[in-house]
Amino acid sequence: MTETTLDIQKIRKDFPILNREVNGRPLVYFDNAATSQTPQQVIDVIVHYYQNYNANIHRGVHFLSQEATDAYEQARIKIQKHFNIGKSHEVIFTSGTTHAINLVANGFSGFLKSGDEILVSAMEHHSNIVPWQMLCERTGAQLKVIPMNQDGELVMDSYHNLLSNRTKLVFCNHVSNALGTINPIKKIIDAAHAVGAAVLVDGAQAAPHIKADVRALDVDFYTVSAHKVCGPTGVGVLYGKEEWLNKLPPYQGGGEMIAEVTFEKTTYADLPHKFEAGTPNIAGGIAFGAALDYMNSIGFEAIAAYEEELLHYATSELKKIEGLKIYGEASQKAAVVSFNIKGIHPYDIGTILDKLGIAVRTGHHCAQPIMDFYQIPGTVRASFSFYNTKAEIDALVAGVQKARNMLI
Amino acid sequence: MGIQEIQEGIVDEFSLFEDWMEKYEYMIGLGKSLPLIKEEYKTDDNIIKGCQSKVWVHAELNDDRLVFTADSDAIITKGIIAILIRAFSNQKPQDIIDADTAFIDEIGLKEHLSPTRANGLVSMIKQLKLYAIAYQTQLN
Repeated sequence: MTETTLDIQKIRKDFPILNREVNGRPLVYFDNAATSQTPQQVIDVIVHYYQNYNANIHRGVHFLSQEATDAYEQARIKIQKHFNIGKSHEVIFTSGTTHAINLVANGFSGFLKSGDEILVSAMEHHSNIVPWQMLCERTGAQLKVIPMNQDGELVMDSYHNLLSNRTKLVFCNHVSNALGTINPIKKIIDAAHAVGAAVLVDGAQAAPHIKADVRALDVDFYTVSAHKVCGPTGVGVLYGKEEWLNKLPPYQGGGEMIAEVTFEKTTYADLPHKFEAGTPNIAGGIAFGAALDYMNSIGFEAIAAYEEELLHYATSELKKIEGLKIYGEASQKAAVVSFNIKGIHPYDIGTILDKLGIAVRTGHHCAQPIMDFYQIPGTVRASFSFYNTKAEIDALVAGVQKARNMLI
Repeated sequence: MGIQEIQEGIVDEFSLFEDWMEKYEYMIGLGKSLPLIKEEYKTDDNIIKGCQSKVWVHAELNDDRLVFTADSDAIITKGIIAILIRAFSNQKPQDIIDADTAFIDEIGLKEHLSPTRANGLVSMIKQLKLYAIAYQTQLN
């Protein structure tokens, strides 16, 4: 494998938090799948907004309001271009992926009836299971699960068998947060469309590694959270095909989403405002655009190649540790390693690593069905970003070895 | 020995450790040697729900003293349970109710008791005290 062309040490200087010490040691941040860190360029955009043009948008006659509106709408266009979305009003700002999924699930209430079916993959985050369960309770539709195999890959034959004219909606993540599996979403989308079902893909975990082209995918809905792509928390995006967004009813009522209000009747605003009730996270939206600019300036191809290099290095080094088992060994994988050591609880390993200044996630990663599948209480999950280094992986491997020696 | 004295003893012991590793090795040792809870008490009813590791606690009255047994599937959690049991088990319910838990802070394990730590230990102390309140009511 070729070495990266990225200047990682230069990139690291963009992230002030990477200079931190934790428990007296230099921070090794391997919890990127939970949230990515924020570069100074994005922090500057947030500070600049509050210092210079903080104002409510879309309604003010005054200068600052116009400036803030322009910046916010420019961010929408950046997001549109990034994901190759056809129209800017197909970009709906949300508080994040969970909000976006709930918006769609709520909207489908009126379209489903008893006997209809929703398919979800076996490797979903809780936020992708619960809204559909609630939707099924409301409508009488049935939730069916696309199974996965031991490697953490979806069983496509079973998926094809589950599809029928009863299937109205298919839901799947692009990349699994717990295992790192990159799902074959193009195949999933095409097969669903063949039976007339809509597809919502959760791109939260994919966005930091893969620049999705929603038009090439022909996906009906795609969701992303800014904080996974070097942006701030509390803001995300729902992409929806215009025809779907026009069909779905508004999710929340409030200011900004109306065209005309009398006590007899309210008419709703056009897209995207129909789904953007209330004052949005303005600084967050603008910073989301800046975060995509930042990542594009590094380049997604270079990011993906380097992260793969880190993934292979970490996988082969960790496997040298006695009793260590990796969960999720799909052939297509993002830079996530989920593992356990025989006879040791993941929480204990995470606690020792924390003492060594190494931040990992432990537990069920909000994906209990996956843990039930493997019959484990949880895993230790190390997830890598383009600002991580092989030296940090060496520290992780040494830390896990140390934890093993202490705990066995 | 009263709760206060026991807690002072624990604080003295922990003051001897030079670094975190010694401390954690000690706790892991305590975890490994914690007397096992009877299997019949490891029921879902006795689970204290933390996010990450499971903790089971059982309490029974022995004369006027409350005896706790507990277990966890994570060894460091078990070590901390061992410390809590040493401090609170085999005491009068009223003394358990009145006891403070500042010693946890003094031995440098406060981080494990932060409610955001999500390991169920705050709930565990609360549960010990709830048992004490329940049995105190019974004694009255």
